[in-house]
Amino acid sequence: MITVSDLRKTYRQGTRIITALDGVDLAVPRGSIHGIIGHSGAGKSTLVRCLTLLDRPTSGSVTIDGRELTAVADSEIRTARRRIGMVFQHANLLDSRTAAQNVAHPLELVKTPKADIASAVTRLLDLVGLTGFADAYPSQLSGGQKQRVGIARALASEPDVLLCDEPTSALDPTTTDDILDLIHNLTDTLGLTVLIITHEMNVVKRICDSVSLLENGRIVEHGRLQDVAATLGGKLSLALLPLPAHAPGPVPALELLLAGDIASGPVLSDLGRHFDLRINVLAGSVENLADSRFGRLRIEMGDHAPVDQILQYLQSQGIAARVA
Amino acid sequence: MDFLDQLFTNPGITRALPEEFAATMQMVGISGFFTLLIGLPLGVFLLTSAPDGLRPMPVTSKVISGVVVNITRSIPFAILMVSLIPLARLLTGTSIGPVAASVSLSIGAIPFFARLVETSLRDVTSGKIDAALVMGSTRLQVVTKVLLREALPGLIAAFTTTLVTLVGYSAMAGIIGGGGLGRLAYNYGLQRFDTTVMVVVIIIIVLVVQAIQLTGDWAARRVDHRSAATAGTGNRLRRRAAAQVAGG
Repeated sequence: MITVSDLRKTYRQGTRIITALDGVDLAVPRGSIHGIIGHSGAGKSTLVRCLTLLDRPTSGSVTIDGRELTAVADSEIRTARRRIGMVFQHANLLDSRTAAQNVAHPLELVKTPKADIASAVTRLLDLVGLTGFADAYPSQLSGGQKQRVGIARALASEPDVLLCDEPTSALDPTTTDDILDLIHNLTDTLGLTVLIITHEMNVVKRICDSVSLLENGRIVEHGRLQDVAATLGGKLSLALLPLPAHAPGPVPALELLLAGDIASGPVLSDLGRHFDLRINVLAGSVENLADSRFGRLRIEMGDHAPVDQILQYLQSQGIAARVA
Repeated sequence: MDFLDQLFTNPGITRALPEEFAATMQMVGISGFFTLLIGLPLGVFLLTSAPDGLRPMPVTSKVISGVVVNITRSIPFAILMVSLIPLARLLTGTSIGPVAASVSLSIGAIPFFARLVETSLRDVTSGKIDAALVMGSTRLQVVTKVLLREALPGLIAAFTTTLVTLVGYSAMAGIIGGGGLGRLAYNYGLQRFDTTVMVVVIIIIVLVVQAIQLTGDWAARRVDHRSAATAGTGNRLRRRAAAQVAGG
C-alpha cells in the first residue's frame, strides 16, 4: 500500500551538506499499522515532510496505492496529497474555527456542497467521540479532544492512508492510550493503512503491527512486531523488552528471550530440574505484543553451572539465550 | 467662565472647527482606505516572498522589503510629505487640501502598516500552514483561509495602530497645506495665541484617537478565539470541556 524505496534527502547548510535521509526503504501492507521509531535527529521529521511532499526528496520514490507521489508534477501535488490524511503532534487546528469548521476545512477546499459538509462533519465528530462539541473552539478543548478533532479532519477527505507524526507526544499517558485505541479502531472500521512516526516505544507496543527503527537517516531494523521482539540481540527487541543495565559479576549470568507459547511455560523450573540448578532471577520483563507473550530474563545459576550445555539445551527448546 | 463663553463665540470653534474636523476625518478616511487596500497585500507579499515563505522570491523580496519599505520608513514623515507634493499634484491635480494630503499620508502609512501585517502573519505557526498544505490547499487558500483569518485579531490591532498614527500624521499634513485640525491648532493656537482653540482641538484629537483605539480593541477581541477566556461561545461548552479533560 505504502512503498518507499531508497528515499534520500540532503540539505545544504552554508557550505556543509547534511544528509537527513540516507536511503530509506519501507513497505506497509494495506490495512496495517506501521510504526517508525527513532530518536530526535534520526530523520523522522524529514521523512514525514518527504512523504507528504512538503519537501521534495533528493532522490528515491514514494508510492501510495500504486501511484508514485514523487513522480507527480508540482501542479498535481495538491490532488495527490488528499489521499493522505495527516495527524500532527500539536493537532495544528485553526484557532479561529470551531471543531466543526476545522473538520470542514478540507472539504471546503474542493467545493463540497454545504449540506454534504454538514452531514460529513457530524458523522466524523461522532466517529472520534466528540458528539456535541461541534461549536467548541480549540481553546475550549483539552489536548486529547484537540487531537480527536485533528483525526476527524484528517479523515474528512476519505484518505487511504493516515500519516501520524508524533500523534501522542504532547499528551498524558491516559489520553495517549485513548487516542491510540481510537486510531486502532479507525484502522479496522475504515480499512486505513496507518504510518505512525514516534519516539515512544509505548505507541509501538500498543497498536503497531510492524515497526522500523530509524537511525541517522537509515532504517537499521524492521519487521513484524513479534519478529523484531524475538530477535535476541536486536535494538528494537531490547527497547520492547528492556532490562536494567548489568555489571557482570563472578557468577555467570544468562540472558533468555522467550517468545510465544514458550513464554507461558515453566521454562525456569524445567531448566533447573534438567541440570539440577538453583536459578536466581536478576531481572526480567514480560510483555504482550501482537497478541502473544514475550519475555526477557536475566538469570544467575551458581559457580559451576555448565554454561555451554545449558545454552545448547535452551536452543533445543527454542529459547534464544546468550551469556549476559 | 471665560473659557465656556469662548466655546460658543470664538469663530475658530463655531465656524472653522466643524469644517476642519471634517477635513481631518477625510484625510484619515481616504489614506486609511488606501493603506488597507495596498498595505495588506504588501504585508502578505513581504511574508510569502521571504526565503522561508510560501513562495520564495529572493530578489523581488529583497528589493521590495529593503528598498521600498525600509527607505520609505526611514525618511521623516514631514520631509516625505514635502517631497511628495509633486506626486500629489500629479494624482489629484492640486497640492493643497485634504485629498492632496491623503496621497503623502497613504505613502507614509503603507510601508508602516505592511510591516505590522507581516509581523502579525508571522505569528501564525508553521504547523497550521503545513496542515493546510497537506489537506490540499492552494497557496492562495493558505493565505485567505489560514494566514489572514488566524492573524485577524493582530491585523485589526495593526490597522488600529496605523489609523491612530494617521491622525497624528494628518495634523502634520495640515500645516503644509492639508487643512484639518492640525492647521486649525497651528493657525489659531500658535500664530494668534488663541489657547482656547488649541485646547479644544487637542481634546477632540484625543477623543478621536480614543474612539479609534476602543473600537479596534473591541473588534479584535470579538474575532479572537485563541484563549478560552476570550472565546465567544458561552460557558456551557467550556464547563463541559473542562469536565471531560480527564476523559481526553
